[in-house]
Amino acid sequence: MIKNKIFSGMNKYLLFYTGLVIVLFFIIVAVLAPYISPYDPTAIDLNNVLAPPSTQHFFGTDELGRDVFSRVVYGSRISIFVGFVAVGISIIIGLFFGLISGYFGGFTDTLIMRFVDIMLCFPAFFLILAVITFLEPSVINVMAVIGLTSWMGVTRLVRAETLSIKTRDFVTAAKLQNISNIKILAKHILPNVVTPVFVAATLGIAGAILTESALSFLGLGVQPPTPSWGNILTSGKDNIAFAWWLSVFPGLAIFITVLGYNLLGEGLRDILDPKLSKK
Amino acid sequence: MFRYLFKRLLGMIPLIIGITIISFSVIHMTPGDPTQLLTSMNPNASPDAAQKLVKMYHLDEPIHVQYWLWLKKVSVLDFGQSFALDGMSVTEKIVNRLPYTIYLNIMSISLIFIIALPLGILNAYYKDTLFDKISTVMVFIGFAVPTFWLALLCMYFFGIQLGWLPISGLVSYNFSELSLWAKFVDLAKHSILPVGISVFGSLAGLSRYARNSMLDVLNNDYVTAARARGLSEHRVLFRHALKNALLPIITIIGLSIPGLIGGSVIFESIFSIPGMGQLFYQSVMMRDYPVVMGILVIGAFLTLAGNLIADILYAAVDPRIRYDKK
Repeated sequence: MIKNKIFSGMNKYLLFYTGLVIVLFFIIVAVLAPYISPYDPTAIDLNNVLAPPSTQHFFGTDELGRDVFSRVVYGSRISIFVGFVAVGISIIIGLFFGLISGYFGGFTDTLIMRFVDIMLCFPAFFLILAVITFLEPSVINVMAVIGLTSWMGVTRLVRAETLSIKTRDFVTAAKLQNISNIKILAKHILPNVVTPVFVAATLGIAGAILTESALSFLGLGVQPPTPSWGNILTSGKDNIAFAWWLSVFPGLAIFITVLGYNLLGEGLRDILDPKLSKK
Repeated sequence: MFRYLFKRLLGMIPLIIGITIISFSVIHMTPGDPTQLLTSMNPNASPDAAQKLVKMYHLDEPIHVQYWLWLKKVSVLDFGQSFALDGMSVTEKIVNRLPYTIYLNIMSISLIFIIALPLGILNAYYKDTLFDKISTVMVFIGFAVPTFWLALLCMYFFGIQLGWLPISGLVSYNFSELSLWAKFVDLAKHSILPVGISVFGSLAGLSRYARNSMLDVLNNDYVTAARARGLSEHRVLFRHALKNALLPIITIIGLSIPGLIGGSVIFESIFSIPGMGQLFYQSVMMRDYPVVMGILVIGAFLTLAGNLIADILYAAVDPRIRYDKK
């Protein structure tokens, strides 16, 4: 029994640190993109079209002769930016609705929870695409739309946590001292829901990066010539018969990044809240 | 059972109303007047389209009147005419495409169920062995792989390099001339990649869920009791534990339906399958607003129907639900 515990204990730190290393690696790449990439990611070189990987172009070139390595390096900026902002939006909405719903209960709670149910009926990707049709595809709109369609899980999570925290003695004590509801929510309940929200946010970034890349892949997200991992894959699809490198490298970048955030999130969950991770 | 069903159906009414309200508000997502932005920002939308849009959604009326008029049409599944050159009715267009999407999704859901369930049970039974650990690693990979990327890689490898599988469409051009058996083989060959990848995408989460749900059940007293009575492990697992472990899995499958339907946009456009997902993608690209709105509403209704089926299955497996008086 004890041996088993130690093993799973190591396991969660392994998850956490592996995830952390991957996540930090891509953040550093994004920050240092201009110094890392050997070429301008948008520089067209028609003499060097669809060249396979070589020492000059590590990841080859695309159909306009642009250096795929530089494009993948710059693509990390878009992915991380979209991931953080979209999740930021969904966390703010989720915290707001979840805290109100759980704390006040009653009709407000019913109303918000029905709203969540209704939003969950829509295939998220349909809703995102429909909204994009009425707006125009751009980085800002993609972030906003992903954020506005992914807050439901956070709301449910925060509500459940709030429901259990508000019955605790320190909340009752605060109420008896006539402290205003807003103050109780901000000072006593919010700090106690931060941990699970932090975990959900980490996992949410992985989801947002996947959604952004799928949208950009379909041509409805980040628009060329701005490089994003998804829109490099679009040219990968168009040239699939002759240029495997266009498909393999940006896809690997998405895969490893998403894996990193997932590992970090799972590891964090296990470390911060052992109760949750008994399985 | 009837009582239960009736209550479920009644509970769907507010959801249906909510779905129509949110869908309707999508038209008004654009800041300011929707028609102005449509024509000035989207090169694909002509002034003609703006006029059609005003007429179709009665945009010159007050907003509650707009919604009411639209709702009246939606209630008889009338989504107007497509803006595309063929000018077909939206409902007709969707109905033509729907069978492909439903076929692919039913295949996927059945396969996910058939594979994930035994996998999860075996993982629970052989917990902490090498097999379980390898599965855990696979789950992490499955969660992180972008399915459209996997689709591209499989297209390249199985379709182009090896030439084993067709990479576009659901049937060959000469499908109608084939014998019945050849038709079946043709359809199966075309289905392997899109269905396989869609299954892989959902497998990770579901097998993990099945594993945890089975682990919970295996800790129960009645499982210990069954073992104490000397029943074979096989009987304990499949007779006593499985039925109880099924319950949460049914719910999760119900919840994963919107994801599957949403994913059909990606699969159908990659593999050129003429289903509802591809129609949706084409309509988004062409700014064919009536079709986009129609599919949005239909997609949500399909999700609702899927959840209802999951609820009925749930009640069929668990008598407690059926007799719950609450």
